[in-house]
Amino acid sequence: MDADLRELYQQVILDHHRKPRNFGPLTAPDRAAVGFNPLCGDRIQVQLMLDENDRITDVHFTGEGCAICTASASMMTESVQSKTLDEAKQLFHGFHELLTTGDDPGEVDLGKLSLFAGVREFPVRVKCATLPWHTLTAAAENREEPISTE
Amino acid sequence: MNATPSSPPGIAPLDVERIRRDFPLLKRQVNGHRLVYLDSAATTQRPSVVIDAVRDFYEQHNANVHRGVHQLSQEATAIFEATREKARAFVNAPEVAEMIYVRGTTEAINLVAQSWARPRLKPGDEILVTTMEHHSNIVPWQLVAEQTGAVVRPIAIDDDGTLDLDDLDARLSERTRVVAVGHVSNSLGTVNPIAHIAKRARSVGAITVVDGAQAAPHYPIDVQALGCDFYAFSGHKVFGPTGVGFLWGRREWLDAMPPWMGGGDMINSVSFQGSTWAPLPSKFEAGTPNVGGAAGLGAAFDYVSGLGLDRIAQHDHELLQYGTARLLEVDGLRLIGTSPKKTGILSFVLAGIHPHDIGTIVDRDGVAIRTGHHCAQPVMERFGVPATVRASLTIHNDRADIDRLVESLEGVRRMFG
Repeated sequence: MDADLRELYQQVILDHHRKPRNFGPLTAPDRAAVGFNPLCGDRIQVQLMLDENDRITDVHFTGEGCAICTASASMMTESVQSKTLDEAKQLFHGFHELLTTGDDPGEVDLGKLSLFAGVREFPVRVKCATLPWHTLTAAAENREEPISTE
Repeated sequence: MNATPSSPPGIAPLDVERIRRDFPLLKRQVNGHRLVYLDSAATTQRPSVVIDAVRDFYEQHNANVHRGVHQLSQEATAIFEATREKARAFVNAPEVAEMIYVRGTTEAINLVAQSWARPRLKPGDEILVTTMEHHSNIVPWQLVAEQTGAVVRPIAIDDDGTLDLDDLDARLSERTRVVAVGHVSNSLGTVNPIAHIAKRARSVGAITVVDGAQAAPHYPIDVQALGCDFYAFSGHKVFGPTGVGFLWGRREWLDAMPPWMGGGDMINSVSFQGSTWAPLPSKFEAGTPNVGGAAGLGAAFDYVSGLGLDRIAQHDHELLQYGTARLLEVDGLRLIGTSPKKTGILSFVLAGIHPHDIGTIVDRDGVAIRTGHHCAQPVMERFGVPATVRASLTIHNDRADIDRLVESLEGVRRMFG
């Protein structure tokens, strides 16, 4: 097993894949959206509960995806908990930078999300990691049409 | 594990070591390992003879075809037409004029949909397609259905991926105009009984259109014995270049069909009072074709027939049996597509591990396989999986390649524990 693979499939990532957190539907979400990757068939739904200041009070996801997609969704739900939609958006921006350049831009604290730095060595997998975040963005904007990575 | 495969008397086994040396790309390393290429169903690699033929064409004969009296144009035309004749022989078509150059199978099916079906279909007419079709044998029919008011209906498949012939019979009626079927399924490997299907279709007055993309590299094709009306295949699946392939059609249909695209090379005369069409096959070949590709494809036909399609079929069959047995040893592996009549396509899923992750990990071991829905989303839905892993076998693969795949899959299992 080579080093790049070990970095991609770290224990924490595999653990979130096996036991995804905040997995399953919310009964009455304030906002929701569906995201789809037509290349691999991955499809996930992200649901949000918001307070009056657009702060995320609960976030869940459902669906089926690869280990990177599922772990990314699971860790996303933990990272954006109690953040405002604007803060979540900034976090996604930093996360995206990390995946495409490998650098932590330092503007926001990525926390455990920085474990995804290894994705950079696998450009075709970047979309697996960003699908949950694109779906979260769509949910924040209340878009009804499923969003697609393509 | 590596015992020498036994062949029935009369069919000499392929010399895989020697064949492998014919393919320059197979000499390269991928991620530090000897490349094991198990994605020939997506596109085959090219032997030197094909690459050389393309180079020779551009270095020695390059010119446009069917025009110009100069020497080069005559040579280019001769090469182009020689490949057409080889294509005729390859599928045993009655007449060389029935072989239409196309970019590939997809274009061929669109041609039939737009030129045969569109002028003929009426609202309520039915087009039957099998559930195992590649999107390229579904979407062109949906487009023409939208244009004409016809309806596309799927024919069911069994749990092992065999076409449900009772369902075919149940759906055939006087409303059926077209039965569109793959000779071999790209996602399941199932070989469909084309002769039977064509006979049943004809009994209700429907035509049979065959997507032969996955059959062409695996065993001998005889369109006269199959009894179909159209047969399409791509050069790049039979070790030829991309962007060139053939549509065979019965002359009675081709003569009656309007051109599919207008332009140069497909006319008898053009004036603003109207134009008249060239005879077959030029009527369907507007514009400058892929002549360099045709030169390469001619060499590919020679290469394949030199090996012998009966030997290729035998090799394919033996390797499929070995691969099936070995893969089933992998814990949690489920084969998708286990029809008794199959070619060398092994589609599978591993419990709890997404095909995308498998593809990434085995690639690191130098094993090239395909993951995804294989442009056959109805198949994925039928078997309740989002995607599969597909290993496809060809002439340069051997048991050691399968062993490498299995070892790599064991590594995947260990990683995901």
